[in-house]
Formats: sequence, structure tokens, C-alpha cells
Amino acid sequence: MKLREIVDALDLQVAAAADDLEREVSGGYASDLLSCVMARAQAGNVWVTLQSHPNIVAVASLLNLAGIVVTEGSPLDPNTIAKANEEHIPILTTPRTTFTVVSQLAALGIRGVD
Amino acid sequence: MFQYLWADLHIHTVLSPCAEVEMIPPLIIRRARDLGLGLIAVTDHNSAENVAAVIEAAEGSGVAVLPGMEIQSREEVHLLTLFDTVEQVLAWQAEVYAHLPDLKNDADYFGAQFVVDATGEYVRTNERLLSVSTDLSLEEVVTRVRALGGLVIPAHVDRPSFSLIVNLGFVPPDLDIPAVEIFRFSREEEVRQRFPQLRGYTFIRSGDAHRLSEIGARTMFKVAAPTVRELDLALRGEQGRRVEIAKTIASFK
Repeated sequence: MKLREIVDALDLQVAAAADDLEREVSGGYASDLLSCVMARAQAGNVWVTLQSHPNIVAVASLLNLAGIVVTEGSPLDPNTIAKANEEHIPILTTPRTTFTVVSQLAALGIRGVD
Repeated sequence: MFQYLWADLHIHTVLSPCAEVEMIPPLIIRRARDLGLGLIAVTDHNSAENVAAVIEAAEGSGVAVLPGMEIQSREEVHLLTLFDTVEQVLAWQAEVYAHLPDLKNDADYFGAQFVVDATGEYVRTNERLLSVSTDLSLEEVVTRVRALGGLVIPAHVDRPSFSLIVNLGFVPPDLDIPAVEIFRFSREEEVRQRFPQLRGYTFIRSGDAHRLSEIGARTMFKVAAPTVRELDLALRGEQGRRVEIAKTIASFK
């Protein structure tokens, strides 16, 4: 499934890298601890988190993730958005909680790394 | 011109809900003296209401006391913030209070938060919930503390929780910090091996003391005076100032 289809199905706002939504999504991962993400998330994953610090972009870029869903309307630093545009890492936002987003992704057939 | 000061820059008092009732000014100073510490910092969670009492208790003791606070950022990262004067730390406290949620502490669950005088006598209870994140980002904390003339050191970066490295993966490249703190039982070489992303950052080791026996952790500063500016120079290894962690780890009894 392409990232764009997820954006449409979950009604996510695209906060950064709007031109990079054609990526195929290989699976999903959810955590707010970036060290855990670095250790476990896989290339092509969509990552669900309420962390909005600029470091999320570096981690997603390092792991070649498909995109990041930032939940609960967590306020995005302008720096985070600028870096995400530069690195072509889509940032998708929603007022909904991580739990809800993950259950919606699962209903679309997106699977975890384990 | 230079002094060599054993320092513990991370000490909680009874104001921190998780600290033992023995963490009162005269006992903290006595313990610091017994250990030969020349410098300590008072760093309660998101509050500085016992700082002045510890400074008063330290008068004539030979132990210098830096006013400080341990801040919890929006990313749930713990940060030591250190200043030279009580006025500075209280100005910082006012900013921090404005960025804490308006919630009351549940003393049965988190522990009580006591404000005490220099002798350790009870003055009042701080009712504000302190064991919680501010809504300030890591960068906002550093910028604001620097503007007030203070210094920021990320706390216990090698711990499994409330750690800059665990929560955010690595130190953001342009963050204006001179050093990071490792936990009281940690060895510098082992932490460096585990977290290669800390290359280039000076380490200090502190007690993160919630009871008297945890004070210590032994970091030595070579400085001209126990001031924020001197510590900053020492942590950056500039102008002949420097910092070194003791090779041995003290036993905590």
C-alpha cells in the first residue's frame, strides 16, 4: 500500500514532504523512544509517534522510513518541518491518539515488524 | 590560581517527591563535607524552592552550592540547569512554573514535596505537581537557560528513562551544551562504547542523589572559582580549565 492511500484512508494532514507520498509502505512501527525506533523500525515502515522533535526526521532518514505520523496534535517545531522537507520525509499529523492510528493502520493490513 | 574541586552537581532535597526525608540542608552539607566535596548543585524536579536554604546551610562549610533545577522537557528528557545566583534560578523557576500543567501533587502516590529552612525545619508543602513534563522543548530549555546566564547538562543520558539519548536517539547537533551526565554507577569508557553518538561530548558523573548515601559520584573540576562560567570553560576544556571523572566508583552505603 502506498503512503498516499494511508493519508486518504486515515484523513491525515500532510505537514511536510507532500510530494513524497508515492512510497510503498512495508509495515508499521510505533514508539516515542527514538533509541527503540533506531533499533527496530525497518526501511519503508510508517512510524507512529507523538514525539515531534526535529530528531525524528534524522531517525526516519537514517532508517529510510516511508513516513512519520505525529499523533495527538503534538506541536511541530518549524525546524522539524523544514528538515523533513529537505530530507523528503513525509510528516503526517492527526489529532487522534497513537492507539487509534495503529488500529486503523492494522485494519488497512499494515503489519508490525515482529 | 586554580582549585581542584570534587563536585556533585545533581542533588535532590525533600522538595523532590521521590527524595528521602533525610535530604535536608544541614545533612546534605555535612555529607558533602565528609566526602570532601568542594562543590554541589541543588537540582530538584522543576522547582528551586529549597535552593536558598541549602546555600544558607553551607555558609562557612567550605562547600560551594550552585542553584539549580532538574527540568523535564516536553520530550520527557531530564536536564540539569545550573546558575550562579538564587535570583537567576527563581527567575527560571517562574518560567518553568508557567509551563507546567496546573495539576496538584498526589503525595500518597508520588511522595510529599517539602519546603524547608536552612536547619531542615518544615516551612510548607509545595502542592504543585512537579513530577511531570513542562511543555518546553529541549531547545527551548537550553535557549532560555543560556539567556538567563545558566548552563544545561542533560542528566543520566545512559539511563533507560528520561534520557536524552534514549528518548531522542542522539544529541541534536547544534544544541548548546558543554557536557552530558552519566549515572552514578556508570563507567565512562563503557558508556562511550555503548553510545558512540556521544563522541565529542565531555562527561560528568553525579549522584542524582535522592538519599544521603547517593551523594558523591566524583567528578573533579579544575577551575578558578565555582561559577557557571568557570564550569562551562572546564567542561569545554578551555583556558586551562578541565574536568575529570574519578577512575573508581565509590561504594554507596
